[in-house]
Amino acid sequence: MHLPPFISLAAWLPDFGSDGNFAVMSLIKIACLLGVLLTMVAYAVLVERKVSAFIQDRVGPNRVALPLIGSIPVLGPFLTRLGIWQPLADGAKSFLKEDFTPNHVRKLYFWLAPAITLIPSFLTVAVIPFGSNLLGEQMVLADLDVGILYTFGIVSLGVYGIVLAGYASNSKFPFLGGIRSSAQMISYEISMGLSVIPVFMLVGSLNLGQVIAYQADGHWLAFQQPIAFLVFLVAAFAETNRLPFDMPESETELVGGYNTEYSSMKFALFFMGEYANMITSSAMMVTLFWGGWTLPFWGLSAPATTLGGGLLHIGIFLAKVIAFMILFIWVRWMLPRFRYDQLMDLGWRRFLPLTLANLFVTAVWLWLTTTAATGNPLPK
Amino acid sequence: MIVKREKLNFWERLYAPAVLGGFKVTWHHFARTVFRSGPVTMEYPEQKWVVPPGYRGAPYLVKDQAGRTKCVSCQLCEFVCPPKAIRITPPGASGAPGAGNVEKGPAEFEINMLRCIFCGFCQEVCPEEAIFLQQDYSLTGTSRAEMIYNKEKLLALGGTHQDKIQKWKHKAEEAQAQDVFPVPPAA
Repeated sequence: MHLPPFISLAAWLPDFGSDGNFAVMSLIKIACLLGVLLTMVAYAVLVERKVSAFIQDRVGPNRVALPLIGSIPVLGPFLTRLGIWQPLADGAKSFLKEDFTPNHVRKLYFWLAPAITLIPSFLTVAVIPFGSNLLGEQMVLADLDVGILYTFGIVSLGVYGIVLAGYASNSKFPFLGGIRSSAQMISYEISMGLSVIPVFMLVGSLNLGQVIAYQADGHWLAFQQPIAFLVFLVAAFAETNRLPFDMPESETELVGGYNTEYSSMKFALFFMGEYANMITSSAMMVTLFWGGWTLPFWGLSAPATTLGGGLLHIGIFLAKVIAFMILFIWVRWMLPRFRYDQLMDLGWRRFLPLTLANLFVTAVWLWLTTTAATGNPLPK
Repeated sequence: MIVKREKLNFWERLYAPAVLGGFKVTWHHFARTVFRSGPVTMEYPEQKWVVPPGYRGAPYLVKDQAGRTKCVSCQLCEFVCPPKAIRITPPGASGAPGAGNVEKGPAEFEINMLRCIFCGFCQEVCPEEAIFLQQDYSLTGTSRAEMIYNKEKLLALGGTHQDKIQKWKHKAEEAQAQDVFPVPPAA
């Protein structure tokens, strides 16, 4: 069954003029996107706890029950055992806990740091195309022609929050965490940035929508640029401070690193920032290397013209993101933390030459193929 | 001793064996927990650990088969108790009413379970086999006063000791026999 094509959301709303319509549509999209993102953050934490429990032969969260749903005969206890309501309890807890500010901190920066960590991780989502079309709207917040530059610009802001937290806490473990994170994130940003350049050389555009269009029908860039993908993947782990690269936090060495002195909602903001970062990194990887919302069969590579097709594309995109989230989570319980010098060695002495070589080889390959095809070394 | 460091080969420097090995171990545990035997943890308030015989749990007073409190308030356990958790009030010169024509049962017997260290000295020192460390290992209460167990509570929790000798039963029979005259001929 096909729903009638071109159901338009714009047709249902009053007319606000062209700028007004754009603003209203964007606000609606922002609200939906933030809602989905925050829900995913909350449930990523639950999945993390459950997966870690299963890997360690444990049960994981299985206590939180809702009054009415909990008493449905089979389903209620099952959902409770699954820990479905745990994120609600976690959220309520972070609001109700005492928000303690130690006496020795630099207050202004101490208050600023969690916000500065959280905001960039949310901003990055703006350029990611999370679906094709739905209700006559393009499923991307900002269809920027410099999408990836914007992303890297915003992502590099993320380090400031952590460095600032380390500095503002004014005690030794957070300070060490801050130092480590600045070194680590700056090092890996370079490999990360260099690793995606071959992608854009192949695509010929910095617009992420164009990147997805290029990958239609299964020409996924992960198969064309496996080295770039692997470097990007590892760098994403380092950028999001996940194990095996969680130097800035490293609970066992630094007590908690940059967030040692934080409690209550301020800590929760760091925590949400970390998971939001993971989600945006996953979304970036899906967009750049795994075809975004496309699938190579059943004509799912073309932009949707129906409501069902639009929802299906969003579903495909979310499924791919969730697969990467599970990878992120699984690796945390799989690999031990790198030593600091190993981390630096990997970033500077392995990945940097590797990405440069990859860049060079791709350039030569493109030059040879375009010359062979058109007799002209420059693509038009 | 100097441990020789093996030079890593190409694959090891790519972290390939480490990643594969890590995945193997984690997948093994994940699959075992989710698809096969389930988690190894015990969900405590619902499932409780069954203690092995000889486990030293909380000390309780016991009765013998005749329903007699075995304790004779000799106060040896009170004396030996390292954290001074036991306090016994003896019945005084006239003896406890209802203790029969035998020995002095305690007027009151209190164990402060907050102080008790479950060492088992009281059981060890008791000449009457009247106090035993039993199987309870998780004692909870909402106040300190509630955690001081009195004689009634200790006896209720302790239950009956299947005593083979039944010393006081025989003593009582002897005492009753002395009231009978003439003395029946010895068997």
